[in-house]
Amino acid sequence: MTGAFFQSWFLPGVWITVQVTFLSAALAFVISFVIGLARTAPSRIVRILAGIYFEVFRSTSSLVFMFWIAFTVPMLFQIKFIGMAAGVIALGMTYGAYGSEIVRGALAAVPPAQREAGIALNFTRVQRLRRIEIPQAWPEMLPPFNNLLIELLKGTSLVSLIVVADMTFAGNLQRLVTGDSAPVYTLLLVVYFVLAFLLTRGMRLLERRAKAKLGQAPPKGGLFGGLRERGAIDAVTGTAGTAGTGGAK
Amino acid sequence: MSADTTPTDPTPADPHQNPAVDGSELIRFDKVTKRFGGNTVLDNLCFSVDSGKHVTLIGPSGSGKTTILRLLMTLVKPDEGTIKVNGDYLTHEERGGKLVPAGEKHIREVRKNIGMVFQQFNLFPNMRVLQNIMEAPVQVLGLSKDEAEARARELLDMVGLADRCNDYPSRLSGGQQQRVAIARALAMRPQVLLLDEVTSALDPELVAGVLDVLRDVARTTDITMLCVTHEMNFARDISDQVLMFDGGKVIESGSPDKIFGDPDHERTREFLSAVL
Repeated sequence: MTGAFFQSWFLPGVWITVQVTFLSAALAFVISFVIGLARTAPSRIVRILAGIYFEVFRSTSSLVFMFWIAFTVPMLFQIKFIGMAAGVIALGMTYGAYGSEIVRGALAAVPPAQREAGIALNFTRVQRLRRIEIPQAWPEMLPPFNNLLIELLKGTSLVSLIVVADMTFAGNLQRLVTGDSAPVYTLLLVVYFVLAFLLTRGMRLLERRAKAKLGQAPPKGGLFGGLRERGAIDAVTGTAGTAGTGGAK
Repeated sequence: MSADTTPTDPTPADPHQNPAVDGSELIRFDKVTKRFGGNTVLDNLCFSVDSGKHVTLIGPSGSGKTTILRLLMTLVKPDEGTIKVNGDYLTHEERGGKLVPAGEKHIREVRKNIGMVFQQFNLFPNMRVLQNIMEAPVQVLGLSKDEAEARARELLDMVGLADRCNDYPSRLSGGQQQRVAIARALAMRPQVLLLDEVTSALDPELVAGVLDVLRDVARTTDITMLCVTHEMNFARDISDQVLMFDGGKVIESGSPDKIFGDPDHERTREFLSAVL
C-alpha cells in the first residue's frame, strides 16, 4: 500500500464513512423518536401507522433498499440522488425502525407511578413526555443506542456497493489493483474497530452525564471504564438485556 | 356532608343546573361503580364531601378506598355513575344536553382543583427538590420562575426541608421525600388534597414528621382533605368525618368520636378492634 493510495483513496474514504455514519445516525435518531413516540400515542390510527413503519423497515434489507433508492427510484420518479444521499436515507430509515423500538421500550420502562404523578400535577401528555418521561427514559436508551450506532457504522460499508467511495470502497479498489487482500482487509477491520471504540467512549460519556442528571451514581469512568457492562447488551436486536428496558418488551 | 346509600338527584338530564345550588358541596359521587376484571371494587357508591372538611376513609384492604382517590385524580375511570367536583362533571361533559365522556381539556380544567400525595411519594428523580416543586406551577399554571421559586421555598420551609432544595430525591429519606411530595402538591394550590396511605411506605420513626406536616396543613389552610390511612390516631385528630368502607360501599359514616368511640355497625367494630 502506497502513500498515494492513502492520500487519494483511503483517508478520504474514512472521512466518507464518518460522514455517512453521522448523517444516517442523525436521520435514524429523529425517526427513532418520531416512530417510537407515535407507537405510544393515544390515537389508535397513529399507533397503527407507526407500527406499520416499524414492521416494514425492520424487515427490509438495508442493502436491497439502498439499491432500490439508488437505482429504482430515479427510474420511476425521475429523481436522482447523489450516491451518499441514497445510502444515508436507506440506512437512516432501517436503523430508525430499530431505534424506535429502543425509544418505545425505554418509555414503557418508566414506572407508571411517574406518569400518575404527572397527571396529579395536571401536566399535559406532551409536558409529561418532555419533562418527566423522556428525561428518565434517556439513560436507558443510551446503551442500546450505542449498540445500534456501532451496527450502523459497520453497515455503512454497504454504500461502497452503490459506488460511494467510503473506506471499504477504497479497500476493494486497492485489492483489485494490487491483489494484496490480507493487508487491505486487516487495515479495514482495525479502522472500523477504532471508529466503533471511539463511538462507544463518546456514548459512555453521554450515559454517565445522563445518569448523573438523574441523581444516580455515575458508572466508573476512564477510557476503559464500564467495558464489562457493555456485554449485557443483546448484539442482534440492540436492546438492553439489563432490567430496565429488557423487562418492558 | 352526607354518605347515603340512597342515590339523590340524578341530574344528568338538566344541562343548565347551577353548581351554586350545591352550596358548599365540593365533591359528589353519584352511583359510581368500578370493576377490575370481574371484581366489583365500588358498588353504586354515593357520597359527598363539603368544602373545607377533612374526611378520612377507613376500612379493610380491598374495600375500594384508594380507588375513590384514584377516580378523583382521574387515574382510573368509573364504569358507571358520575363524579362532580365544584358542580362540574369530572369525567363527563355536557354536550347538547347529553352527558358524554369528557375530553382532555375539560378533565384538565376540573382536575386543576385536585392534588394528590401518593404512598410511594413519586417524586421526579430527574429533578432536584426545588425543581420538583416548581415544575408544575411553571409549566401548568404559567407562573414565572421567580414566583414559583418563592412559592416552593416557602413550602419547603413549612415542611422543614429548606436546606435540601438542591438535593436529588434519591438523596432523601422516605419521610423527607414524602414531605417534599406534600409541598409539591400544595404548590398547585389545590382545593382538595388526596392523601393515599401517605405513611404506609415509611419507616416507623419517620411517620410522625410527615403526620405533623399534615396536621399543620389541616390546621392552617382551608384545603379539603380526603385521606386514606391506617393511622387511626391521626384520623381521629384531623378528621371532621370518618367513612367506613366495606365491600365497595360506605357502611357507616360519622364524626371520629362516634366512629371510633361507639360505632353502630358490627363490621366497623370488628375492623377497629383489629387495627387499634
